[in-house]
Amino acid sequence: MSVSTCPSEPAASNPPRQDGLDVLDRAIVVATQAGLPLVPDPWRAVGEPLGLSGEAVRERMVRMQAAGVIRRVAAVPNHYRLGYVANGMTVWDVDDAHVDRLGREVARLPGVSHCYRRPRHLPEWPYNLFVMLHGRTREEVEQQAERLCELLGAACRDHRILYSSRILKKTGLRLAGRSDRRGQMR
Amino acid sequence: MVALDALDRRLIDAYQRDLPLCERPFAVMAERLGESEAVVLSRLERLAAAGVLSRVGPVFDHARAGASLLAAVAVPEAERDAVAARISESVGVNHNYAREHRYNLWFVMTAADEQQLDARLDALEAELGHPVLRLPMIEAFHIDLGFPIPWYELERA
Repeated sequence: MSVSTCPSEPAASNPPRQDGLDVLDRAIVVATQAGLPLVPDPWRAVGEPLGLSGEAVRERMVRMQAAGVIRRVAAVPNHYRLGYVANGMTVWDVDDAHVDRLGREVARLPGVSHCYRRPRHLPEWPYNLFVMLHGRTREEVEQQAERLCELLGAACRDHRILYSSRILKKTGLRLAGRSDRRGQMR
Repeated sequence: MVALDALDRRLIDAYQRDLPLCERPFAVMAERLGESEAVVLSRLERLAAAGVLSRVGPVFDHARAGASLLAAVAVPEAERDAVAARISESVGVNHNYAREHRYNLWFVMTAADEQQLDARLDALEAELGHPVLRLPMIEAFHIDLGFPIPWYELERA
């Protein structure tokens, strides 16, 4: 009883897990999450150890992108290295009745790289909106936070800026695999 | 800071969003930039080696590829570095930041699925001896497209 859509590939007959990825998709994720090999045909290079053609790798990546598993395939800059050394995780206690609408507005402001709603853990953690701000200085981050404060208005009861004092580990890795060796310390 | 020339900047600006998923992606990039494939590849390699690019490749939706969760622990400053090292070494942790707050260590735990994620967090919590604040994403409002880099402003800084 196979649920695979590619019966020609025996390993893919494992049922997909909750994220809809089969064994070969996951192998491609593991092989590419630290970056593509910088060679003329990176898909072929990724596929070779997996027993897949470059074409098959590319088709699967197109499918994963269409399914939203891959957001984009891109050159990912290290903003810290570009001079954005002030990285502030701002956390906001926003009225639940308005947080979804306001979250969408906040996400459009310049300097915002991530904007997520997360659960509160009362009493010690009252914040339900997380907004990552990037600036070259703390003053710049504070100005951005000020703008957010104005936008949120009375719906916001409290907020904090948590600056990173040290980056202890940062990788783009999502799934464990043999490529799990590119953890950078800074 | 690493010195970047006009081609470096054009490469970063143009491909922060999308690298074509075609047979020879770097050749297509090169054509659009009026360069050769070899030049584009060597530039990308140099930018990656200098740390200006963290990678060239797929950006996965955290919520859809496996399972992940933002977590925090509050530890006494004297213990912070030792606890941080244990977190960084823990299988599945892909980000770990020290931040200025009572909750002073913030990390992202990843796993293949929710069950494994919970098991990893439970094991780490037991190992650390500190409660782990678990903050799963409920809603993402930002479609992480990268953001435009104001090169001129950076130069003035």
